[in-house]
Amino acid sequence: MRLAVVAGPPSAGKTAVVRQAIRALQDRHRIAYLKIDVVRAFEDEELAAEFGIPARKVYSGDLCPDHAGVMVMRDAIAWAEGEEADLLLVESAGLCLRCSPYTTQGLGVAVLSAISGTNTPLKMAAMLALADIAVVTRIDLVSQAEKEVFRERIREVNPALDIVETNALQGTGMRYLLRAIEECPTITDPDAIVLRGAPPLGVCTICIGKTEIGWQHHFGVIRRLEGADYLYRGD
Amino acid sequence: MNPQPIHEIAVLPGRSRSGEPERFEEITIRPGDTISIVGPTGSGKSAFINDIEVFARNDTATGRTVLVNGAYPPEEFIRDPAHKPVALITQNTRCLADLTVAEFLAMHVRSRKIDDEGIVGRTIDLANEFTGEAIRPDARMTALSGGQTRSLLVADAVMVAAAPVLLLDEVENAGIFKERVIEVLRAGGKAVIFVTHDPLVSLLSARRIVMRDGAVERVIEPDGRENGALREALRLDGILRQMREEIRAGNLITEPVGA
Repeated sequence: MRLAVVAGPPSAGKTAVVRQAIRALQDRHRIAYLKIDVVRAFEDEELAAEFGIPARKVYSGDLCPDHAGVMVMRDAIAWAEGEEADLLLVESAGLCLRCSPYTTQGLGVAVLSAISGTNTPLKMAAMLALADIAVVTRIDLVSQAEKEVFRERIREVNPALDIVETNALQGTGMRYLLRAIEECPTITDPDAIVLRGAPPLGVCTICIGKTEIGWQHHFGVIRRLEGADYLYRGD
Repeated sequence: MNPQPIHEIAVLPGRSRSGEPERFEEITIRPGDTISIVGPTGSGKSAFINDIEVFARNDTATGRTVLVNGAYPPEEFIRDPAHKPVALITQNTRCLADLTVAEFLAMHVRSRKIDDEGIVGRTIDLANEFTGEAIRPDARMTALSGGQTRSLLVADAVMVAAAPVLLLDEVENAGIFKERVIEVLRAGGKAVIFVTHDPLVSLLSARRIVMRDGAVERVIEPDGRENGALREALRLDGILRQMREEIRAGNLITEPVGA
């Protein structure tokens, strides 16, 4: 079975990209789909109704959704294998741009919208840096100059990244994403799958329920407004 | 930038929405060509130019294939906007960045690594030939009207992107000088394909592709037979343009207008 993790900010067009991929690949592959979201999600029901594929979702609630994604990923692979799928598409909630939910033995797909502004690739650097392929949606809406600058900004973050520009509603340009999915090696050992990069330090006094504002009320990794340079940098 | 000059783009037939094969052998597009795509809403006009834009390989809904110089084009033609020989401008295409006109063009010139100080000014001058509402270098892109934006993007495609093929999707409603656009593009050896409902644009084009049910139904080359209709369309367009200017200027039109 192959695994592709689709990440990207909210409303970037992740589901539109997934829908096009399923539409184009469903004749050749048995596809399973997992959506990770925070409080509500409808994509699994929509895709199951549209394509008749096994689809499910998981809500992270008060947990970081990428954290939730990591927790359930191994179960999800077992579920998809049980469904006799040969391709599992996992769609992230797309919240924290610092997280990069891609794993080894799978394809990392970052989806970003061309109308989100030319500096967006720089802002979501972590999510792009560890991806294999970036899908830029709504490409039909922006001027030629911005298309080119957007692409340069992505390359600034990750020069090796494969970039696909698409109007995901029409499915233009998707052939290169489909090729990347089909050429991605299959999972060889699900128990050996690991995240490609360490997520940000995630345990703090806010995580455990302290709600006071101001560093004076917290301990562990704290930061003041003045001189708030990086107090902690992961890898 | 272009390793391989384009002397011909060929569109090979696909299927109609009901699965019937299209009845043309090949539609060939060469530098200087003007082609209009006509037909009712939903007949597949935009899909036709989208096929060209993505260099379809029997992998779009229409099943068409598009060749460049008789072969599948190199991947960078399709994938890298800086190498792409085709510029698509639609009613929806716009600049999102809150920049001035001069900054916007300079950004594009920089990303193309073009070393030519005068190019921004010349692009704005060309854009101003396409629109009656003057575009100033220090105007903000986000404050331009539809006609000004379209004019500037066409001028940018010609001057900065230097794309040999322009695909213009229903740009006539935006109030640009269509004849002038066609004249400049033809003189510059550009091929231009209009998706249009506008009689004047259709009559100004040397070829007309008629769409129906997702397929090309006919390709018409009037070859001078429509000259009478063209003259009439130009005259009417002149009258309407003058009326538009009078109305914009706040005048009452009580006298016969124009030619």
